[in-house]
Amino acid sequence: MLDDRYTLAFKLYPYAKVADQDRDAPVRHPVVVMGGGPIGMATALDLGLQGIPVLVLDDHEGIGMGSRAICFSKRCLEVADRYGCGEAMLDKGVVWNVGKVFHDDRQVFEFNLLPEKGHKFPAFINLQQPYFERFIIDRIWQAQKEGAPIEIRGKNRVDAVEEHGRYVTLDVMTPDGPYKVEADWLIGCDGAGSPLRKMLGQEFEGRVFEDNFLIADIKMQADFPVERWFWFDPYFKSGDSALLHSQPDGVWRIDFQLGWDIDRKEELKQENIDRRLKQMLGDDVEYEMVWSSIYTFQCRRMREFRHGRVIFAGDAAHQVSPFGARGANSGMQDVDNLGWKLGLVIEGKAPESLLDTYHEERSFGADENILNSTRATDFITPKTKMSRIFRDAVLDLSEDHAFARPFVNSGRLSVPCTYDGLSLNGPDELPGGPARSRVGSACPDAPLGGDYLLGKLGGSFTILTIDADAPESVEVDGITATRLALSASDDATGALAERYLGDAESAVYLIRPDQHVAARWSTCDETALRAALRHACGKD
Amino acid sequence: MNALNTTANINDPDGFYGELIAAHQGLSDDESEAFNARLILTLANHVGDREVLREALAVAAKKE
Repeated sequence: MLDDRYTLAFKLYPYAKVADQDRDAPVRHPVVVMGGGPIGMATALDLGLQGIPVLVLDDHEGIGMGSRAICFSKRCLEVADRYGCGEAMLDKGVVWNVGKVFHDDRQVFEFNLLPEKGHKFPAFINLQQPYFERFIIDRIWQAQKEGAPIEIRGKNRVDAVEEHGRYVTLDVMTPDGPYKVEADWLIGCDGAGSPLRKMLGQEFEGRVFEDNFLIADIKMQADFPVERWFWFDPYFKSGDSALLHSQPDGVWRIDFQLGWDIDRKEELKQENIDRRLKQMLGDDVEYEMVWSSIYTFQCRRMREFRHGRVIFAGDAAHQVSPFGARGANSGMQDVDNLGWKLGLVIEGKAPESLLDTYHEERSFGADENILNSTRATDFITPKTKMSRIFRDAVLDLSEDHAFARPFVNSGRLSVPCTYDGLSLNGPDELPGGPARSRVGSACPDAPLGGDYLLGKLGGSFTILTIDADAPESVEVDGITATRLALSASDDATGALAERYLGDAESAVYLIRPDQHVAARWSTCDETALRAALRHACGKD
Repeated sequence: MNALNTTANINDPDGFYGELIAAHQGLSDDESEAFNARLILTLANHVGDREVLREALAVAAKKE
């Protein structure tokens, strides 16, 4: 009745009966999060750290087995760092910068993420998803001890929801039978297959790609460098394309493209996986199987991420192909975006319509991710004769000619979404200001002596001044923006000036709780600052 | 004297590549080949320079 659908890597929150189950009337909770994956747990952590009571209902009792997502982006780690678990991820993760692309047995392209100096986090780390989730939950345990009102209920499966306008009733199944829970707000973080989405009769719109990929994660002593290697039509013939990528604990992610008409059961037999691996690695390499899986994928999203009091985040709201590491990384940006908005609405400081900008901003991000991931998929798995001819022509030309290399697409890696032209944006009035920190962008990090800028931003509104005057704080309807006064000379490397001043002498930035730029000016005008703060909270 | 530009020269290469592939959507093989021929002639006219065109022919010939 409540059987596990998957094996657990870590059993962390075993089922325990709670008082809610014995009450005659359902208990109302301000926020219920459905789904205990990385996005659900991060949502709970964001809200809990704001002091907002949040209940997570997960139909399992811990973290699922399997490496699954392995590439975590800088922006994702910066969000995690704001929650207090980014450093643990960085310590455990493998940092990589170089990617090589091969066609048959020839290298056609090489990229280096060329990490810019003066950032706390690298462009990417590789880390098995269960570790990523574990660090979030460890941080939840710690936050709970510090008083964060987060509750997690394992083996609590939501079987039905009923919307009542201003609240939602949930039918929850447990090993002790069913009970009901009410929620002012229900956040659906229940993954790509989202049962909640189906309960609401909402469908996923987009493209299904007709291809199967085999993941074989293996532990081996190998002298491959810590780089991303990708083959089109590999000479070893283990698949139509292949990927090799390093993970912590001596584990390697190997991925083979199998095509559409395959026998899944047959392909997952160990002897068949071994055959493909030996073709690639040679007969002498010893390895141990860690995890294998065959996946297909879609590029699609819900038309609306918000349905009244029900809001979707992560894979439940949008799904992409894995090329570009845009799944979990974009889900974390959803959480980052939703957390502060929902917090202000629940505290009565901002209108409910602020939550419509969550859909506006994050569906914009989802469309960007879907576009990039669809293009990569079309290049990796050409579906018509002519698209294959062009693809192969690009690969042929790339060996000798630089002009063809920008067309080679084995995945465009996740970068933070800039909310250009969207409705919460305020004035961008910093002549000579750098494009990278324009209104709508996620603040770039910068060094500050032995410390970093981003650690001083976020969680609430900040007035960042660089060689400019401004009030120590401004307040609008109980929402406070607090000043962070800096000078270009606070960073001897010049990165702060380069990333925030450009050619300007001074700057005033209004920065949102999710570290995105809400407005900027060369000097402070308090009236304009207050207006921008109101505007960024959806108050006009 | 003009030389063939073999450095990357197209803004938004992914966008262009996507449009190129999309332009072939729904065409038969013969129609696609005819489309490519028209495209090559149009672009060649834009280039104009005979020496540059000769170099481009050599790149495409890709003698091993």
